[in-house]
Amino acid sequence: MKSNTSADRERVIDENLKRVFDETLEEGIPDRFKDLLKQLQQQDTGKVQ
Amino acid sequence: MTQRDPREELVEHLPAMRAFAISLTRNGAIADDMVQDTLVKAWTNIEKFEVGTNMRAWLFTILRNTYYSSRRKAKREVSDVDGVFTENLAEKPAHDGHMQMTDFRRALAKLKDEQREALLLVGASGFSYEEAAEMCGVAVGTIKSRTNRARIRLAELMGHGENDSLEMTDDATMSVLSASKVSSF
Repeated sequence: MKSNTSADRERVIDENLKRVFDETLEEGIPDRFKDLLKQLQQQDTGKVQ
Repeated sequence: MTQRDPREELVEHLPAMRAFAISLTRNGAIADDMVQDTLVKAWTNIEKFEVGTNMRAWLFTILRNTYYSSRRKAKREVSDVDGVFTENLAEKPAHDGHMQMTDFRRALAKLKDEQREALLLVGASGFSYEEAAEMCGVAVGTIKSRTNRARIRLAELMGHGENDSLEMTDDATMSVLSASKVSSF
Protein backbone atom coordinates (compact mmCIF):
# COMPACT_ATOMS: atom_id res chain seq x y z
CA MET A 1 0.00 0.00 0.00
CA LYS A 2 1.43 3.29 -1.12
CA SER A 3 0.75 5.91 1.46
CA ASN A 4 1.28 9.39 2.72
CA THR A 5 2.75 11.37 -0.05
CA SER A 6 1.56 14.88 0.51
CA ALA A 7 -0.55 14.67 -2.62
CA ASP A 8 -2.38 11.64 -1.20
CA ARG A 9 -2.87 13.41 2.08
CA GLU A 10 -4.21 16.45 0.33
CA ARG A 11 -6.64 14.39 -1.68
CA VAL A 12 -7.98 12.52 1.34
CA ILE A 13 -8.38 15.71 3.34
CA ASP A 14 -10.10 17.58 0.53
CA GLU A 15 -12.47 14.67 -0.05
CA ASN A 16 -13.38 14.72 3.61
CA LEU A 17 -13.84 18.47 3.56
CA LYS A 18 -16.13 18.23 0.60
CA ARG A 19 -18.13 15.54 2.29
CA VAL A 20 -18.55 17.73 5.37
CA PHE A 21 -19.72 20.55 3.11
CA ASP A 22 -21.99 18.33 1.06
CA GLU A 23 -23.87 17.21 4.14
CA THR A 24 -24.92 20.80 4.72
CA LEU A 25 -25.53 21.53 1.06
CA GLU A 26 -27.91 18.60 0.88
CA GLU A 27 -30.02 20.11 3.64
CA GLY A 28 -31.15 22.74 1.16
CA ILE A 29 -32.39 26.07 2.45
CA PRO A 30 -34.03 26.10 5.86
CA ASP A 31 -37.39 27.85 6.10
CA ARG A 32 -36.05 30.60 8.33
CA PHE A 33 -33.95 31.89 5.46
CA LYS A 34 -36.76 31.66 2.93
CA ASP A 35 -38.93 33.62 5.34
CA LEU A 36 -36.20 36.16 5.93
CA LEU A 37 -35.73 36.75 2.22
CA LYS A 38 -39.48 37.18 1.81
CA GLN A 39 -39.47 39.72 4.63
CA LEU A 40 -36.60 41.64 3.08
CA GLN A 41 -38.36 41.69 -0.26
CA GLN A 42 -41.58 42.94 1.31
CA GLN A 43 -39.75 45.69 3.18
CA ASP A 44 -38.27 46.92 -0.06
CA THR A 45 -41.55 46.81 -1.91
CA GLY A 46 -43.06 48.83 0.92
CA LYS A 47 -40.39 51.49 0.53
CA VAL A 48 -40.90 51.92 -3.17
CA GLN A 49 -44.64 52.40 -3.00
CA MET B 1 -27.59 40.57 -21.19
CA THR B 2 -30.46 40.85 -18.77
CA GLN B 3 -29.80 43.05 -15.81
CA ARG B 4 -30.83 40.89 -12.96
CA ASP B 5 -31.18 42.31 -9.47
CA PRO B 6 -28.11 40.84 -7.75
CA ARG B 7 -30.21 40.29 -4.66
CA GLU B 8 -32.05 37.53 -6.48
CA GLU B 9 -28.78 35.68 -6.60
CA LEU B 10 -28.29 35.68 -2.81
CA VAL B 11 -30.44 32.63 -2.27
CA GLU B 12 -28.24 30.52 -4.54
CA HIS B 13 -25.29 31.02 -2.22
CA LEU B 14 -27.13 30.23 0.99
CA PRO B 15 -26.30 26.52 1.20
CA ALA B 16 -22.60 27.23 0.61
CA MET B 17 -22.67 30.02 3.18
CA ARG B 18 -24.17 27.65 5.72
CA ALA B 19 -21.62 24.97 4.98
CA PHE B 20 -18.78 27.44 5.43
CA ALA B 21 -20.31 28.95 8.57
CA ILE B 22 -20.94 25.60 10.23
CA SER B 23 -17.38 24.45 9.67
CA LEU B 24 -15.98 27.79 10.71
CA THR B 25 -17.98 28.15 13.93
CA ARG B 26 -18.33 24.44 14.71
CA ASN B 27 -21.86 25.14 15.86
CA GLY B 28 -25.00 24.88 13.76
CA ALA B 29 -27.07 27.40 15.72
CA ILE B 30 -24.36 30.06 15.83
CA ALA B 31 -23.65 29.42 12.16
CA ASP B 32 -27.24 30.01 11.11
CA ASP B 33 -27.43 33.22 13.15
CA MET B 34 -24.30 34.41 11.38
CA VAL B 35 -25.67 33.47 7.98
CA GLN B 36 -28.82 35.41 8.82
CA ASP B 37 -26.79 38.50 9.81
CA THR B 38 -24.78 38.17 6.64
CA LEU B 39 -27.87 37.89 4.50
CA VAL B 40 -29.37 41.05 6.00
CA LYS B 41 -26.09 42.93 5.61
CA ALA B 42 -25.74 41.80 2.03
CA TRP B 43 -29.31 42.67 1.20
CA THR B 44 -29.12 46.15 2.67
CA ASN B 45 -25.67 46.87 1.24
CA ILE B 46 -26.19 45.32 -2.14
CA GLU B 47 -25.07 48.51 -3.88
CA LYS B 48 -21.57 47.78 -2.53
CA PHE B 49 -21.47 44.57 -4.51
CA GLU B 50 -19.77 45.06 -7.85
CA VAL B 51 -21.87 43.30 -10.45
CA GLY B 52 -19.74 40.89 -12.44
CA THR B 53 -17.48 40.01 -9.53
CA ASN B 54 -17.71 36.84 -7.49
CA MET B 55 -20.75 37.14 -5.26
CA ARG B 56 -19.85 34.10 -3.22
CA ALA B 57 -16.49 35.62 -2.35
CA TRP B 58 -18.22 38.85 -1.35
CA LEU B 59 -20.69 36.99 0.87
CA PHE B 60 -18.03 34.82 2.46
CA THR B 61 -16.05 37.96 3.25
CA ILE B 62 -19.03 39.45 5.06
CA LEU B 63 -19.60 36.14 6.81
CA ARG B 64 -16.06 35.81 8.08
CA ASN B 65 -15.99 39.43 9.21
CA THR B 66 -19.20 38.79 11.12
CA TYR B 67 -17.62 35.75 12.70
CA TYR B 68 -14.41 37.45 13.77
CA SER B 69 -16.12 40.51 15.17
CA SER B 70 -18.59 38.41 17.16
CA ARG B 71 -15.76 36.22 18.35
CA ARG B 72 -13.92 39.26 19.61
CA LYS B 73 -17.02 40.39 21.48
CA ALA B 74 -17.67 37.00 22.98
CA LYS B 75 -14.24 35.85 24.09
CA ARG B 76 -15.79 34.17 27.06
CA GLU B 77 -17.70 31.69 24.96
CA VAL B 78 -14.52 30.57 23.28
CA SER B 79 -13.36 28.89 26.47
CA ASP B 80 -16.28 26.51 26.05
CA VAL B 81 -15.21 25.41 22.61
CA ASP B 82 -15.01 21.78 23.66
CA GLY B 83 -18.51 21.80 25.03
CA VAL B 84 -19.90 23.58 22.02
CA PHE B 85 -18.11 21.25 19.75
CA THR B 86 -19.25 18.11 21.49
CA GLU B 87 -22.79 19.36 21.32
CA ASN B 88 -22.41 20.04 17.63
CA LEU B 89 -21.17 16.53 17.03
CA ALA B 90 -24.01 15.10 19.01
CA GLU B 91 -26.44 16.84 16.68
CA LYS B 92 -24.96 14.95 13.80
CA PRO B 93 -24.56 11.34 14.74
CA ALA B 94 -22.38 9.52 12.29
CA HIS B 95 -24.06 7.49 9.60
CA ASP B 96 -23.22 3.83 9.38
CA GLY B 97 -19.77 3.41 8.02
CA HIS B 98 -19.00 7.08 8.33
CA MET B 99 -17.29 6.97 11.65
CA GLN B 100 -14.27 8.58 10.11
CA MET B 101 -16.27 11.72 9.41
CA THR B 102 -16.82 12.21 13.11
CA ASP B 103 -13.09 11.98 13.63
CA PHE B 104 -12.49 14.28 10.74
CA ARG B 105 -14.89 16.89 12.08
CA ARG B 106 -13.27 16.69 15.44
CA ALA B 107 -9.84 17.14 13.96
CA LEU B 108 -11.06 20.04 11.82
CA ALA B 109 -12.49 21.74 14.88
CA LYS B 110 -9.12 21.56 16.62
CA LEU B 111 -7.37 23.64 14.00
CA LYS B 112 -6.69 27.29 14.65
CA ASP B 113 -9.47 29.44 13.21
CA GLU B 114 -7.18 30.99 10.65
CA GLN B 115 -5.93 27.64 9.44
CA ARG B 116 -9.37 26.08 9.32
CA GLU B 117 -10.68 29.06 7.44
CA ALA B 118 -7.95 28.94 4.81
CA LEU B 119 -8.53 25.24 4.30
CA LEU B 120 -12.30 25.67 4.03
CA LEU B 121 -11.94 28.41 1.45
CA VAL B 122 -9.34 26.67 -0.68
CA GLY B 123 -9.93 22.98 -0.05
CA ALA B 124 -13.70 22.86 0.25
CA SER B 125 -15.18 25.97 -1.35
CA GLY B 126 -13.02 25.98 -4.44
CA PHE B 127 -11.60 29.49 -4.12
CA SER B 128 -8.16 30.17 -5.51
CA TYR B 129 -5.33 31.10 -3.15
CA GLU B 130 -5.57 34.61 -4.56
CA GLU B 131 -9.29 34.90 -3.90
CA ALA B 132 -8.91 33.52 -0.39
CA ALA B 133 -6.08 35.93 0.32
CA GLU B 134 -8.20 38.86 -0.75
CA MET B 135 -11.13 37.67 1.32
CA CYS B 136 -8.98 37.30 4.42
CA GLY B 137 -7.02 40.47 3.80
CA VAL B 138 -3.65 38.70 3.89
CA ALA B 139 -0.89 37.84 1.42
CA VAL B 140 -1.27 34.89 -0.94
CA GLY B 141 1.75 33.26 0.69
CA THR B 142 0.03 33.48 4.07
CA ILE B 143 -2.99 31.60 2.75
CA LYS B 144 -0.73 28.98 1.19
CA SER B 145 1.17 28.40 4.40
CA ARG B 146 -2.01 28.35 6.49
CA THR B 147 -3.53 25.79 4.15
CA ASN B 148 -0.40 23.67 4.23
CA ARG B 149 -0.14 23.80 7.99
CA ALA B 150 -3.82 23.00 8.30
CA ARG B 151 -3.39 19.90 6.14
CA ILE B 152 -0.34 18.73 8.02
CA ARG B 153 -2.05 19.26 11.36
CA LEU B 154 -5.20 17.48 10.20
CA ALA B 155 -3.16 14.55 9.01
CA GLU B 156 -1.46 14.39 12.41
CA LEU B 157 -4.74 14.59 14.26
CA MET B 158 -6.27 11.92 12.06
CA GLY B 159 -3.26 9.76 12.71
CA HIS B 160 -2.31 9.31 9.08
CA GLY B 161 0.90 7.47 8.76
CA GLU B 162 -0.64 4.46 10.37
CA ASN B 163 -2.65 2.74 7.74
CA ASP B 164 -5.98 1.96 9.28
CA SER B 165 -6.46 4.95 11.46
CA LEU B 166 -9.05 6.49 9.17
CA GLU B 167 -11.52 3.90 10.29
CA MET B 168 -10.81 4.05 13.95
CA THR B 169 -13.68 3.80 16.36
CA ASP B 170 -12.24 4.82 19.65
CA ASP B 171 -13.70 5.45 23.06
CA ALA B 172 -13.93 9.17 22.52
CA THR B 173 -15.97 8.69 19.38
CA MET B 174 -18.27 6.30 21.14
CA SER B 175 -18.76 8.68 24.03
CA VAL B 176 -19.64 11.46 21.63
CA LEU B 177 -22.17 9.19 19.98
CA SER B 178 -23.77 8.28 23.28
CA ALA B 179 -23.76 11.96 24.21
CA SER B 180 -25.95 12.49 21.19
CA LYS B 181 -28.61 10.25 22.67
CA VAL B 182 -28.51 12.07 25.98
CA SER B 183 -28.50 15.61 24.73
CA SER B 184 -30.77 15.54 21.73
CA PHE B 185 -34.21 17.07 22.46
